Amino acid sequence: MSSVLYDTPGPRAKRRNVVYTIVFLAVLALVGWWVLDALNAKHQLDADKWSPFVTDSQVWTTYLLPGLTETLKAAALSIVIALPLGAALGIGRLSDHRWVRVPVGALVEFFRAIPVLLLMMFASALYREFTTVSSDFRPLYAVVTGLVLYNASVIAEVVRAGVLTLPRGQGDAAVALGMRKGQTMLYVLLPQAVTVMLPALVSQLVVIVKDTALGGALLGFGELLSQNRQITANYGANTIATLVVIALLYIVLNFLLTTLASRLEKRLRRGRKSPSVTLPAQAGATDVKSEAVSGA
Amino acid sequence: MKLRSTAAAAAVVVLALTATACGSGSDSGSNGDKITIGIKFDQPGLGLKTPDGKYAGFDVDVAKYVAKELGYSEDKIDWKQAPSAERENLIKNGDVKFVVASYSINDKRKKEVDFAGPYFLTHQDLLVRADDNSITKVEDLNSKKLCSVTGSTSAQNVKEKLAPKADLQQLGGYSECLTGLENKAVDALTTDASILAGYASQKELQGKFKLVGLKMSDENYGIGLKKGDDELRGKINKALEKMVSDGTWEKLVKANFGPSGYKYEAAPAIQK
Amino acid sequence: MFDFLDSGQYDLLGAFWVTAQLALYSAIGSLVWGTALVAMRVSPVPLMRGFATAYVNIVRNTPLTVVLVACLLGLNQTLGVTLGAETFENIGFRLAVLGLVAYTGTFVCEALRSGINTVPPGQAEAARALGLSFTQVLRLVILPQAFRASVTPLANVLIALTKNTTVAAAIGAAETSLLMKTMLENETDALFTVFAIFAFGFIVLTLPTGLVLGWAAKRLAVKR
Repeated sequence: MSSVLYDTPGPRAKRRNVVYTIVFLAVLALVGWWVLDALNAKHQLDADKWSPFVTDSQVWTTYLLPGLTETLKAAALSIVIALPLGAALGIGRLSDHRWVRVPVGALVEFFRAIPVLLLMMFASALYREFTTVSSDFRPLYAVVTGLVLYNASVIAEVVRAGVLTLPRGQGDAAVALGMRKGQTMLYVLLPQAVTVMLPALVSQLVVIVKDTALGGALLGFGELLSQNRQITANYGANTIATLVVIALLYIVLNFLLTTLASRLEKRLRRGRKSPSVTLPAQAGATDVKSEAVSGA
Repeated sequence: MKLRSTAAAAAVVVLALTATACGSGSDSGSNGDKITIGIKFDQPGLGLKTPDGKYAGFDVDVAKYVAKELGYSEDKIDWKQAPSAERENLIKNGDVKFVVASYSINDKRKKEVDFAGPYFLTHQDLLVRADDNSITKVEDLNSKKLCSVTGSTSAQNVKEKLAPKADLQQLGGYSECLTGLENKAVDALTTDASILAGYASQKELQGKFKLVGLKMSDENYGIGLKKGDDELRGKINKALEKMVSDGTWEKLVKANFGPSGYKYEAAPAIQK
Repeated sequence: MFDFLDSGQYDLLGAFWVTAQLALYSAIGSLVWGTALVAMRVSPVPLMRGFATAYVNIVRNTPLTVVLVACLLGLNQTLGVTLGAETFENIGFRLAVLGLVAYTGTFVCEALRSGINTVPPGQAEAARALGLSFTQVLRLVILPQAFRASVTPLANVLIALTKNTTVAAAIGAAETSLLMKTMLENETDALFTVFAIFAFGFIVLTLPTGLVLGWAAKRLAVKR
């Protein structure tokens, strides 16, 4: 699409593009130079602030890798619990019975409207007051609880949207075969919906990984970001260097997940005549996905 | 079909994880021949987890000495992180036997836990850049930019009593404040002098900062333990007394706070 | 049960007002920044395309918490950027807006891009046949339709942004989650009440947004 927005550049347009390129490059270079120069003037680029991450493998084994493990542990636990719960809620919202559909719908909408950070804080307070979960695990439990409640409701919506995109004939055919409602859902609708949903679900993993950082900043959860404090306490307050390294780790991890999601999407589109293909090609079935991604 | 097996697998994983979590979480204060002690993990000079996975600092050394007197050698100690907000909970739940974590004795805390000691007397103080001589008394703070940790008593002290007009920035940790102090975004970092001295003695920061030496409050560090456990309290107090009398106290203070030039006070008398 | 509300100890309305302000300023800012990003992403200049793509991919994959902490530690504490604010309270607020704009702009960009993709290529071709330049094509033909088509994803971004303002607590902006944390620690016998109050506040903030924009999306959608 983007290529139809402008003509193939002629000699004048080419010259103009070169000028734009140079101006833009100059602006970028200026900003970059200002940042680097200021950092250098404040001694933030000094070798001793950065060298621990290269020369001292203990920074990795004692802080960064255990932190990354905690991040992955919380993310994995959350998705593993939220997936079946979300599927159940999504199916519940599609139920023929009003007394199931309405309360489940209210529950899903409620947890989607509350910031996940508030859910985590509340869960943490509940565990502190009403359970004897030791302080080692309480932050993890609180983070996972908050993430599960929020993401289960998001997944419920993804599942519902996935089932609704299927052609009506699928359900009708199953009924005609004499399948019961549960069988129709389990053997006919869900397996097809899963292929439509899969990319959205992987994108949701990125959201979960990012949200674990909330627990580190505000609940004392020992994940990747929270290692910042312990590393800087050991290496003379090299906060900038540490933050850059930690941010890079997050970006690489999430970039891998995003790539996986788009690979999956491409493969599914090619492999199967899934309903999203029947939409106009440009519309690109972005509704389900964009919602999942922006629910950060 | 696919979904069902996924769900089953999920349930198994969850069960396994919670089972291990409970298993390792159930050991309390001291089981068998081990002892669990709560310390800070992120305060240089007092309690710090070092890159080799060991622990260093004055609080840690005191804890080791006391544990030895109680009959636990160094390898029998399980260290547990005791963030400021968690200390009372850790003690009350029996997660730790006692807490040595820059734990000031005050009346509010005494309602929830008992204290042995004090083993150290310090004061709320200021850390400024080494070339900055503009702060000499508390009143000077009213026109300054201050930094402290969110929700700390030092921050409340400044706001309510010492310098209500000071512009106070509250951040998540002292390292963040130090970055601002180093780059002149803030003028002073305020908290207990012992904590400040710990940062100032780090080898990367030596010579960059100095303590002003204002005694803005009295902080008596005690060892927190379960309310009513007078037997343990007596034993710890005896160990602390011995530590002072045999010269270990002096040696440990010098080793941990020496490089900063921090003028520490003599060991406080134990409150029986 | 509600007596702690009357004590005047907690400024609930003030906290929600800060949250609403954060959301409003960040929404305006991210709409502008997101539009600029999407314009760069479809522009004829390869360098701009590359920059916008790289920016979106990097920032979208960074946790918002890290973005905000980087604003505080990097921009403010190290580079001395104060955004014209005098006190730390204002600095925290303005840095939070800046961080939220930098982060949310990428999602606005993606929402608009999906909107641009719904505009039939014939429209752009017709506009070019009339002799319109790239900026004219974008400004007069494509973006007006793209905005109308992307009201729903933009509404989702706005709701997510409103909820994301709570993360500003990480850099000390005095908004709702910071107050809730304090209240949960002090009012231990009224945990559910405290949570209910804050949950209600956010439902009040986000539900009308969803309803109004959902209605608007239907009204505005380009009939094809």
